[in-house]
Amino acid sequence: MTTSIDVGSESLTLRIDDKDVSCRKGDTVLQVARENGIDIPTLCYMEGLSIWGGCRLCMVEIAGSPKLQAACATVCTEGMNISTHSPRLENYRRMIVELLLAERNHVCSVCVSNGHCELQAMAVKLGIDHVRFPYRFPHLEVDNSHDRMRMDHNRCILCSRCVRVCAEVEGAHTKDIKGRGVLAAIIHDLDQNWGESETCTSCGKCVNICPTGALTHRGTAVGEMTKKTTFLPYLTLMREAQP
Amino acid sequence: MKPEELTAMAEKARKQDAHFAHHIHVCTESGCVSSQSDVLLKNIADQVQQRGLKGTVCVKGVGCMGLCCNGPLLKADDTMYQFVKPEHAGAIVESLAAQPVAELVCDTKQPFFTRQKLIVRENAGFIDPENLADCVAHGAYRALLKVLTTMTPQQVIAEISASGLRGRGGAGFPTGLKWATVSKAGGRTKYVICNGDEGDPGAFMDRSVMEGDPHRVLEGMAIAAYAVGAGQGILYVRAEYPLAVKRLTRAINQARREGLLGHGLFGSNFDFNVEIRLGAGAFVCGEETALIASVEGKRGMPRPRPPYPANSGLHGCPTLINNVETFANVPAIIDRGGQWFAGIGTEKSKGTKIFALTGRIKNTGLIEVPMGMPLREIIYDIAGGIPDGKAFKAVQTGGPSGGCIPAEHLDITVDYESLTKLGSIMGSGGMIVMDETSNMVDVARFFMEFCKSESCGKCVPCRVGTYEMHELLDRICKRQATMADLNLLKELCDMVKQTSLCGLGQSAPNPVLSTLRYFENEYLKLIQSAPTASADDGAKHVALEVLS
Ligand SMILES: Cc1cc2nc3c(=O)[nH]c(=O)nc-3n(C[C@H](O)[C@H](O)[C@H](O)COP(=O)(O)O)c2cc1C
Ligand code: SF4
Ligand code: SF4
Ligand code: SF4
Ligand code: FES
Ligand code: FES
Repeated sequence: MTTSIDVGSESLTLRIDDKDVSCRKGDTVLQVARENGIDIPTLCYMEGLSIWGGCRLCMVEIAGSPKLQAACATVCTEGMNISTHSPRLENYRRMIVELLLAERNHVCSVCVSNGHCELQAMAVKLGIDHVRFPYRFPHLEVDNSHDRMRMDHNRCILCSRCVRVCAEVEGAHTKDIKGRGVLAAIIHDLDQNWGESETCTSCGKCVNICPTGALTHRGTAVGEMTKKTTFLPYLTLMREAQP
Repeated sequence: MKPEELTAMAEKARKQDAHFAHHIHVCTESGCVSSQSDVLLKNIADQVQQRGLKGTVCVKGVGCMGLCCNGPLLKADDTMYQFVKPEHAGAIVESLAAQPVAELVCDTKQPFFTRQKLIVRENAGFIDPENLADCVAHGAYRALLKVLTTMTPQQVIAEISASGLRGRGGAGFPTGLKWATVSKAGGRTKYVICNGDEGDPGAFMDRSVMEGDPHRVLEGMAIAAYAVGAGQGILYVRAEYPLAVKRLTRAINQARREGLLGHGLFGSNFDFNVEIRLGAGAFVCGEETALIASVEGKRGMPRPRPPYPANSGLHGCPTLINNVETFANVPAIIDRGGQWFAGIGTEKSKGTKIFALTGRIKNTGLIEVPMGMPLREIIYDIAGGIPDGKAFKAVQTGGPSGGCIPAEHLDITVDYESLTKLGSIMGSGGMIVMDETSNMVDVARFFMEFCKSESCGKCVPCRVGTYEMHELLDRICKRQATMADLNLLKELCDMVKQTSLCGLGQSAPNPVLSTLRYFENEYLKLIQSAPTASADDGAKHVALEVLS
C-alpha cells in the first residue's frame, strides 16, 4: 500500500480583487469572478462553447506568477490571489480594442449593429475615444449570397464564436478560418460563398452569437440588428442533461 | 533483433570496411548537394570503377562537415578538400596514391575545426546516413540496447537528469524534468514527438542532424519512449526539407526491417514505432500545441497552456515533445553517462550546442561548440571574423524571437543564462552576424515582417500588434516617423509581449526591444532626419465615432 494524504473536498477558496471567494475544482477564474459579480471584459469567450483564448481582453494578474493569464482559460487553484483590474491591465485592454478597430473597417454610424454591438460597447466601457494606431483600411468583401444571412468581413474581429457554435452546437462545421495574420478570414466549407454551402443548415446560430455586425440577418437597416444569445445556455444545459 | 545480432552487424560492417585501403567521403547534405556534390559523388564512384579500384577504395556520401561555405567538401583519407567540382573527381582518385591536389586542400588545422567539440555531430562526415550497417558500426543503437537490457525507465530518466541536458528547441527546459513529468502522467497511451519544424530564418541545425545522422534521432526517440512509457513516436518535419524526409523515411524503414523499431525490441517487451508527419512550413507549427493540432489534422494554431502536452497532448494523451537536437544528445549521454555530459559546458548549461553561422562572416556553416564558449572566440576564431576589413557590429541570436548582442558584449560566454541577461535568447541556434554597414532598424523591421506574416491570426495582440509594429518600423525606416510613433512602438512592444497567446507573439517584440536597447541612436537619427519632423502627430489620429 502506498501512503497517501487525504486531499479533501472538491472545493477551493481563493481571492479575487481582495474578495475571498470559493469555487469548485475545475472552475475557471472567469467563471468564479462572474459568479461573484466581478466583471472581466471578454469578447471571444462564450459560455457553452469551447475556450478559445484569442481576444486577450480577460488577462488578469495572479500574485506570484510573472506572466499575465487569460481568465477564461485559467483553472483556479487553492489560495490563488487574482487582480482583475489595474492601470496596466486597463491600458492593455484599451490597446487591444484599438487594434481591433484599426484592423478592419468599423464605421458605426452606418452599421446595422450600431447600438447593439459588443465591440462598440467594449470601446465605450474602456473609455476609448480615439485610435492611436494607423488604420489598415483593407478592401474586404460582403458575402450576400445566403438568402437569409449576410457576412460582412469588414466588421469581423475573428473571435471564432461563429465557427465554434456551428461545429460544437449545430454540428455542421460550415465555418472555419483561412489565412495567417491579418489576412486570416472566416470561410464557408471549402472557401466558397455562404449561399453555396452544402453543410449550412441555415439555423442562424452564428448570426445570433456574433458579437459585431459581421454576421447579420438580411434586410436589416442601420442599427436594426439585435442579437439573441439566450438560446445557448439552454442548449448547453439540455446537452449536459442527456445521459 | 536480438542483442547479439546488433554486435554481429557492427562487426561485419567493420570487417568489410577494413578491406579498403582508401576512403573517400563526399558531403551529401543539402548545402553541398546544391552545388552538385551528388554529381561529384557519382563521378568519383565511376572513376574508382573505371580504374578497377572498387575493392580498395571505399566511396560514400556522408553528412555535413561544417564548413558549408567552402562546399562541396570532400575527404580523401586524411585530406580535406574544398570547392570540389564534379570534374575534379579524376584528380582526387588519382591523388590517393600520390600527392594531394594542392589547390583544393582545406586546412583542417584551422580553428574552425580544432575549436569545435562534437557530440551530436560526432559521426557527421564519417557515416553514410543511408546505410544502417555503417551507422551501427559507428555505434548506432548501442545506447538503446544498453537501456533495454540493463536499465529501468527510472534509471534512464535519472541519467538524463544527471546530465543536465536542456531542451535545444529554444526555451532550454530541463529535459530530465520533462521526461519525469510525462512518465508520471496517467493514462495507458502516451506519445513521443520529435519537433523537426525548424522555422527560424537562417537556421539549419536540425536539418543537418536529420540528414546526416537520422538513426541517432530515432534512437533518442526510442530511448525517450521507453523512459516515459510511450509506444508511438511522431517525427514532425517541414515539407521544405525533402532530403531530410527522404533520409528519415529510409532510416525508419531500415530500422523496422531489422527489428530496431517495432515489437519487442532486443527481446524486451518494449514496442516502439515512428511515423513521419510533414508540416506545410508555418513557423507557428513549431510551437508545441500548434504542432500537435497540426498532427491531429487541425489548423495549426496554438492553444492556451496549461494543460501542457506532458499531461494532455496529442489526442488528449500525455505527450513528450522535444527538439531534434535534444533527442540526438540522448544516445551519447546513455552511452557515456550523465556525469560525463555534465562535465562539459557551464554550471547551468551543459553539453554542446550546434550553431548555424550566417551573415557577414568569413566562415558560414555549422559548428558544434561547448556551452559557455566566449562569443568572441566563435566570431573571430571559429568563424574567421568579418570579411572585407569591416568592423563587427552585432550578432542576432535566437532568430525572430531573439535579440542582438553588440560589440561591447563580445566577451560574454554563450549559454542560456548570459544570452537571456543581455535581452536575447539561445533559441534554436541561429547566429546572424552583422557588420558596420548593417542598419539595425532595418534588421528589426525584417524580423517583424517575418512575425507579421507568420502570426497564426488567433490572438489580437499578435495578429494586429505585429502588423502595427511593422507599420511603425517601416515609417521609421522611411524617415516618416515622429517621436510619438517611437513611443507608440515601445508601448506596443510591451503589450504584445505581455498579452499574446503563444511564444511567437510573446517574443515577436524582442528584436525591436534589443535593437532599441543597444542602438536607439539609429532610431533617433532616422526620426530626427525626417523631412517633416514635428512633435505633433495629431493628424494621424483617426477620430472614432463609437458613440454616434
Ligand atoms: C513560434 C514558435 C516556434 C517554435 N519552433 C520550434 C522549432 O522549429 N523547433 C523546435 O524544436 N522547437 C520550436 N519551438 C519550441 C517548442 O514549442 C517546444 O518548446 C520544443 O519543441 C520543446 O523541445 P525541447 O524541450 O527539446 O527544447 C517553437 C516555439 C514557438 C513559440
Ligand atoms: S461592428 Fe460594431 S464596432 Fe464595428 S462598425 Fe459595427 S457597430 Fe461599430
Ligand atoms: S463573424 Fe462574428 S462571430 Fe464570426 S469570427 Fe467574425 S466577429 Fe466573430
Ligand atoms: S447558420 Fe447554422 S449551420 Fe449555418 S453557419 Fe451558421 S451556425 Fe453554422
Ligand atoms: S475571453 Fe479570454 S481570451 Fe477572449
Ligand atoms: S552541407 Fe556540405 S559541408 Fe555543410
